[in-house]
Amino acid sequence: MNAPAAPLSPYSSAPAASKIEVHTLSVLVDNEPGVLARVVGLFSGRGYNIESLTVAEVAHAEHLSRITIVTSGTPEMIEQIVHQLERLIPIHRVTDLTLRGGSIERELAMIKVAGRGENRVEAMRLADAFRARVVDATIDSFVFELTGNAGKIDQFVELMRPIGLVEVSRTGIAAMTRGPDAI
Amino acid sequence: MSEKMTGAQMVVTALKDQGVDTIFGYPGGAVLPIYDALFHQNSVKHVLVRHEQGAVHAAEGYARSSGKIGVVLVTSGPGATNAVTGLTDALLDSIPLVCITGQVPTHLIGSDAFQECDTVGITRHCTKHNYLVRQVEDLPRILHEAFYVAQHGRPGPVVIDIPKDVQFALGLYAGPENIEHKTYKPAFKGDLGRIDEALSWIAAAKRPIFYTGGGIINSGPEASALLRELVDLTGAPITSTLMGLGAYPASSPRWLGMLGMHGTYEANNAMHDCDLMIAIGARFDDRITGRIDAFSPGSRKIHIDIDPSSINKTVKVDLGIVGDCTAVLRDMVARWKERHLACDAAVLQKWWQEIDHWRARKSLAYRASNKVIKPQYAIQRLFELTRGRDTYISTEVGQHQMWAAQHYHFDEPNRWMTSGGLGTMGYGLPAAIGAQMAHPGSLVVDIAGEASILMNIQELSTAVQFRLPVKIFILNNQYMGMVRQWQELLHGGRYSESYSEALPDFVKLAEAYGCHGIRCADPNTLDAAILEMIETPKPVLFDCIVDREENCLPMIPSGKAHNEMILPDMETELGTAIDAAGKILV
Repeated sequence: MNAPAAPLSPYSSAPAASKIEVHTLSVLVDNEPGVLARVVGLFSGRGYNIESLTVAEVAHAEHLSRITIVTSGTPEMIEQIVHQLERLIPIHRVTDLTLRGGSIERELAMIKVAGRGENRVEAMRLADAFRARVVDATIDSFVFELTGNAGKIDQFVELMRPIGLVEVSRTGIAAMTRGPDAI
Repeated sequence: MSEKMTGAQMVVTALKDQGVDTIFGYPGGAVLPIYDALFHQNSVKHVLVRHEQGAVHAAEGYARSSGKIGVVLVTSGPGATNAVTGLTDALLDSIPLVCITGQVPTHLIGSDAFQECDTVGITRHCTKHNYLVRQVEDLPRILHEAFYVAQHGRPGPVVIDIPKDVQFALGLYAGPENIEHKTYKPAFKGDLGRIDEALSWIAAAKRPIFYTGGGIINSGPEASALLRELVDLTGAPITSTLMGLGAYPASSPRWLGMLGMHGTYEANNAMHDCDLMIAIGARFDDRITGRIDAFSPGSRKIHIDIDPSSINKTVKVDLGIVGDCTAVLRDMVARWKERHLACDAAVLQKWWQEIDHWRARKSLAYRASNKVIKPQYAIQRLFELTRGRDTYISTEVGQHQMWAAQHYHFDEPNRWMTSGGLGTMGYGLPAAIGAQMAHPGSLVVDIAGEASILMNIQELSTAVQFRLPVKIFILNNQYMGMVRQWQELLHGGRYSESYSEALPDFVKLAEAYGCHGIRCADPNTLDAAILEMIETPKPVLFDCIVDREENCLPMIPSGKAHNEMILPDMETELGTAIDAAGKILV
């Protein structure tokens, strides 16, 4: 008996073998109402993935905001994402920082840890090692502030888990290319 | 020059300044100030439709047949939501539209007020861009920007949502001079280096083919003229998508007919076997490509498109050129001549021999009858009897649409209006009304199915009110024919809900609306009936009773490649033509 052939979809734009990459995109937009909804809606509407998203105004006089998006997909999908973003009317510029030779990436996190005695001492010791700052303290809790790449924050959170992790709040990634040039 | 006026007056003044002479709409509470401003002038004519979907399709028909921008005016809430299907249709077919919607006053936005809906939220994904006007100071800029965005780059629909208090507010108007969007500046000219590379490939090709789409039509009549020149210079064969019909004359021997799911045998085989594909203003839609991994496997592909996101979206191409079809074709023709390029006639001769061999299969043939009207025959007679007239054709969606595309031939662009990308039933009648508004002295025929026509039949009232002598030519087989065909192909002939149990008497329906009704079921009297339709100087509803079980062939079954077509002369059981893997791809 012949095994049934695997269904071949004519709709898929990428061969299944193509490998998934993570790319960081920097998107310069007009700071106007609804612009973030357009960007996010494009991802959800076309089935693209968002791993991290940050947005804030970066040039007040020119009404410009910078959106940093970490997304994953095949190289063909990432190329499509860039082109589809470029089609949005309020978007000035889309730069694939990963293709531009990688970027410095930083994220800020606040991490609340509760505990007494040995655990409290251990939390302080680890915070010191990670250069986390204490921004709030009570008799049985700390809130740490930590900046770094996403991996460093992940690692710190994992270490705090057995000690008494209560909650985590993270900003998502802000990114910039190395060297003297602007995007 | 700027002067003080209300927001509503600004809308009407901006329409005049943009050269708009006709708009399509339906009044309602949130848009009454603009209607009042329309009342006080005579330069912009308003066509009252009977449903907002009809307004958008009419504006599409107007835009597609005239090359101008279509304009729609509707109220908030249900007026705006009724426009959504039309806006999506215009987005998928890249039709330039400006749709003005009324909105509840700004202080009521967000309060679930009467007839409030989040129009910019709802239409964000079905427009090229949209605006909510928050203050009257922004209105003139936004109005002119909307026209700029709708027609520059890849055309598309733009919505402007205007709250009622902004329509009443006084502000300074500014004209369209120097309005240019501060960031939106799409590429117009293609890269010359790439164009030269493309021309060298064409000159060296052994089996080239042009694959053209609606982008050529959208780019304007000059693009069609340049395409003809380039094709003639090269001597290569040409095929087109459903949207591209008319850009190249169907009467030319170089024309292979339409390609894709219901394309001709010669067009699809040539696409499969070519060594160079030159795609211009076409986007590799799934109805065109069939199975992607078997799509023209041996060819190099050149893709010319104004939208960079269309290049490499579904099919990886070897050379992408981003630019407007007119600009790129102008450069291609000029450079071809300057460089004294030529294809090798002897080499192309062999390619044409293969193509003629496929042509000889006559894939559009069907079994003739003198007892029952074959739908293909009805279209052929309509074509022959309207030939030589200044004719515009619109269609609804389904089997009749594909038969029209196969058997009605176009030699000029902007003559064929059909819902390609979205496949909107109910498109044809309002689109015909729009085309007739743009071309009052011409013959406009909506080729329809009996199921599709019922979706926007209310627009017969519009046709009667505005004395638009549109002709609605219904191929009545009492089935949702394309649904029935697919059920035969995929679902063992179980015709679940595809039979119309209670059709109206279309002749009486026509009379009820004040139109002329004709019914014909006999192939021997068909010509006389069609002539009666053409010569009646008012709207005509023609109920053409056709063979109920005819299927639309040839066809590429889903999940198959271009060289695996079902042809009318094959004794294939349709029920077994698609395998399990293909069935999921419908």
